[in-house]
Order: sequence, then C-alpha cells, then structure tokens
Amino acid sequence: MGAGHVHVLYRESASPVHRLPPEVKIAAMVAFTLAVVATPREAFWAFGGYALLVAVVAALARVGPGWLLSRSLIELPFVLFAFALPFLGAGERVDVFGLRLSTDGLLGGWNIVAKGTLGVLASLLLAATTTTRDLIIGLDRLRCPQILTQIATFMLRYLEVLVGEARRMRVARVSRGDDPRFLWQLRGFAAGVGALFLRAFERGERVYLAMLSRGYTGRMPAVWQGAGAATAGQWLVAATVPVLAATIAATAVVLT
Amino acid sequence: MEALAMHISNGIIDGPVAAVFAAFALAAMTICVLRGRRDLDDRLAPMAGLVAAFIFAVQMLNFPIFTAGVSGHLLGGALAAMLVGPWVGALCVAVVLIVQALVFGDGGVAMLGLNITNMAVLGTAAAYLLIALLLRVLPRTPAGLGVTAFVSALVSVVVAAMGFVVQYRLGGTTDLGGNLTGLAGTMAGVHLLIGIGEGLITATTVVTVAKVRPDLVYALRGLRRPAHAPAPAVEAVGGVR
Repeated sequence: MGAGHVHVLYRESASPVHRLPPEVKIAAMVAFTLAVVATPREAFWAFGGYALLVAVVAALARVGPGWLLSRSLIELPFVLFAFALPFLGAGERVDVFGLRLSTDGLLGGWNIVAKGTLGVLASLLLAATTTTRDLIIGLDRLRCPQILTQIATFMLRYLEVLVGEARRMRVARVSRGDDPRFLWQLRGFAAGVGALFLRAFERGERVYLAMLSRGYTGRMPAVWQGAGAATAGQWLVAATVPVLAATIAATAVVLT
Repeated sequence: MEALAMHISNGIIDGPVAAVFAAFALAAMTICVLRGRRDLDDRLAPMAGLVAAFIFAVQMLNFPIFTAGVSGHLLGGALAAMLVGPWVGALCVAVVLIVQALVFGDGGVAMLGLNITNMAVLGTAAAYLLIALLLRVLPRTPAGLGVTAFVSALVSVVVAAMGFVVQYRLGGTTDLGGNLTGLAGTMAGVHLLIGIGEGLITATTVVTVAKVRPDLVYALRGLRRPAHAPAPAVEAVGGVR
C-alpha cells in the first residue's frame, strides 16, 4: 500500500526552487501545464522546448533525472492506452514496419505520451521541492476556500494515522497465518477495514478537540502569521517558466 | 489499464471540452462549498478529513482483477456520501483529486475539471441519490444498510466510468470511430468488477461504523430528522452490536 507517500516525494534541499514560496510554484506549475496542453500536437519542436524547460528547472532544484523517471511510472497505464490508439483509431492509415496504423491514432498516442509526461514531470518537480504542509499554505494564499484547505490539512494529517494503523493490522494478520496475495487479500482487508476506520476516527476526533480547545479556528497558525508570503520579485522569477512556455505555445499555434 | 484511466491525464481530452467541464466542476464545487459550510460542524470536520485520507489511501491500494495487466482502485464517492453527506463528500473526493494531481501527477492538472466532474460530482451525486432512495425503501437493519452501501458504491463507480466515455465522445483527441462502443463496453465491464470490490469495502466500513457509532453516519442522520418515530430508526440500525 502507499505507505508514507506523503513525504517520500519531497527532496530535502535548499535549492533556489525549494526556497520559492509554495503559492508561486503552484501557480507556475498550473500555468505551465495549461500552456503544454494548449499546444497543437503537430508542433513537435514545441514539446522539445518544454522538455528543456523542465530539465532546467530540475537541474536548478537538484532533482536527478533517474529519480524523476522512476517516479513518473505512475503514468504507465496511459502510455499503454496511447500505444493502443494507433490500432484502434479511425480514418486514413499508414504503413509503419508492415503494420497498418491509423495516422490519427499515431498522433493521438504521441499527444497523450508527450503532454502526459510533461504534466507528470511538472507535478513531480512541485512535489520534490514543496512539502505537503507548504502546499496547503500555498493553496490557502491562492484564495482556495477554507473548507477545502481544512479538509486537505486533516487529510494529510490522518493519512499517517491510517497508514500506520493499517500496517500494524496487516502485520498482525500475517503473523497469525494470513497469506495476503491476489484477490483473497480483499477479504482480510475488508474484514478489518471498518475497525481501522473507527480506530483512526476516534484518535482523530481527540486530536481535533484538543486543537479546538487550543484556539484552532480552521486555519493553521503559519498562514495567519503570513510569514514568507511571496514578494513581487519571487512572482517574477517563477513566472519566467510559464511565460516561456506560453510563448512557445503561442508560436506553435500561429505556425500550425 | 482502464482502471487508472479514471484519472484522466493531460492530452486525452481536447482543450475546449476540458475547459467546459472545468467550468462545470468549478460551479458544482462552489455550490458544494456553500452548502458544505452549513454541514461542517465539530463532528463532521475531523470526519471529513478522515474520509478524505481514507479515500486517498484506498485509491493507492490497487488490487488486481483477472491478471496482472488490469488493476483497479477504489473511488470512494459512495463512502463519502454515506459518512459526510453529498456536499462535504464531493469536496472530500475533490480534495483528494487536487492533491493527487498537484503532487503525484496522477491525473493531469489541465484535466482536473473532467476528473472532478466524473468522480467527485457524478460519482457522489449518483451514490447519494441511490442512498436516499434505498434507505427509505429497504428495511432499516444492518443488512439493509449494507445493501444500500453496496449498490450505491457499485453504481457510482460505473456512472463515473461512463462519465469518462461521454467526455471522450465529446472531446477525445483521437477519433476511435466504431471502437468507441468497444471502449464503453470495456470501461463498463472493468468498472463493474471494481464496483463490486468498492461496494464490499464501502458496505463493511459503513455497517461497522453504524453499529458502533451511528451518530457518525450522515445518511442515517437525515433519516432521524423527521419527527415521526425517530427512536426506532436509530434502534434498528444502531441497536445491533
């Protein structure tokens, strides 16, 4: 199961990218992804430009290519879907290595692989340089409704509780002779899932009441202190990446 | 592979359609925020967080179907609707999707509107409508509650999957021609199986919680509110330990 995923992706470092405030990075990442998606799929060179931008940011953030590639495997199901498209697609066909493939399907497959990979790499870079706690502070500063940030805060906190409890229960099951493999693991898991939920809730409820009695009003203190909010300069620095991407996208739209 | 295709990644659906669904998802989320604020009291706030964490965790827990090639994860819309109500429930699923898209690259950021529409809005809405209906029709026993949870979870998964098929029909970047019916069939079949798994997990969780702490189940709260004979309803579900 996804044990400890919350912190696995964060790479401790003091690089310039790490030091940027979270709201700036979120905005830049979203803008970059939108520019990539808006690019016409025939403009192959544009995707090279985006890849270069990602590589530069990764180098600045001191995130290695091996780490990025192994973590981007999450995308694999879509790559499979993309490889199926040339065979499934309709319209005119071309011969590639003796296979009759749909041109539309080939382009569509390329479209998914290129845009999907760039999107995954961009979010991985955000995750590698921003802790989840900072991410929520960033969302809050971007005027995300408080009810959403509140749910997200509790979600990330309780995730650790849940994963820890689940691991303990699994170890208990296995040590009593359970053999969790294939579909049968569902039964063991399902039988304990209700208990897991209740245990985690009762623990979480106590924590919540303790927080309330210490003056919690739905926001974490770091936010209202406002320490480290982005300056205009930082916004400008981070804006270079999406602005470059938007320029590439606009050029690609005009050219094709 | 279809299973993970629930989280649509960048480039699968074209820009204009994605933008329309993003606007739709934004509007739906605004309504949920406004209505959800009214629901979110001291008991529901930690519950909403836990439900979101739970959904986050089970979405990572992939279980295999048939062979190694196909694995599916749960969606959790029905569980959320059952435990925290439709408004906060939809927000919980949306939060999970937003964090997954931003941090794990699971589902493209530009496709967030489509994913929220399918899983948070359609999935939760379908589940809650069924829950509201079935809880009134079925006997108020743990079995009745279990069946309600199972059916609503199963249907919500298939509805979310069909949401993707409709979106692909509207704005798929590659024209599949006649193969679209094939895609719809595969999606429905695979998600029927996922739905059974999801239904079982939702039913066990909800029934366990309802037995020990019936006050925590939002769907049952709604039933107790009507003035006519509130006590038996609580007893019927909550009394069996």
